[in-house]
Amino acid sequence: MGETNQNLYSGSFNIEGGNFNSAGIVSTNIKSILKKLGIPGDIVRKAAIVSYEAEINVVSYAKKAVVTLTVNPGVVHIEVIDEGQGIPNIDLAMQEGWSTADQRIREMGFGAGMGLCNIKNYSDEFHISSEVGRGTHLKMTIQTP
Amino acid sequence: MKLREVKDILEAEVIVGEDILDLEVKTAFGADLMSDVLAFAKAGSLLLTGLTNTQVIRTANVLDIAAIILVRGKKPSSETIALARELKIPILTTKYILFETAGRLYMKGIVGCLPKVENTSGRN
Repeated sequence: MGETNQNLYSGSFNIEGGNFNSAGIVSTNIKSILKKLGIPGDIVRKAAIVSYEAEINVVSYAKKAVVTLTVNPGVVHIEVIDEGQGIPNIDLAMQEGWSTADQRIREMGFGAGMGLCNIKNYSDEFHISSEVGRGTHLKMTIQTP
Repeated sequence: MKLREVKDILEAEVIVGEDILDLEVKTAFGADLMSDVLAFAKAGSLLLTGLTNTQVIRTANVLDIAAIILVRGKKPSSETIALARELKIPILTTKYILFETAGRLYMKGIVGCLPKVENTSGRN
């Protein structure tokens, strides 16, 4: 099956770290792109949730990031590559409730140590890697009917 | 129940969405932690919250929340109102506290969008 031969959408979006007001713009975009492609509502919501939590992480902890959305028949891929402080201990960061969030992040209604767990739970496949002082790389796959 | 009845039950003020009060709602979710809303709330539900920043609107949009009910008399910022208008998400504000807001709606037939979480860590 040549998944990439039947590409339905490929595009990328930039996120600026520290810009709290902009968090959510990329996921709102992703949502409307997937809707226009006729992807079912529950799949669109999953993709919007994982990209939104990832955006919150980028504005909270990174300098900048590029989000890539790729839609092929049967599958939505979302990849988030940030430049920033990275995560020293991924196992710890994946633990629900573990957080290094400051007051500003908590005031937005985030920073309770649930972001990565939510991303993992709404993805069919989830991969995370990180290098301290360089940045973090998230890969999420959501299957479509 | 129509959003119009929700407004009456809660003696709420409509801040955004005066033209869409005929919207039908059956379920609700209440929280001030947006990550919990993202983890548990379901499409078409009311979101009861005391948070008023733009992230509440973004969260509601991501989940296809029917309408936002701000409790404890909270008023949204002009940025929040503008974003809600753009994304066509109704905002109502009520002076009732979260507990009273939920109770008054529940008495009239609105139920939680899920009765309880499935395991101790609350993951789906």
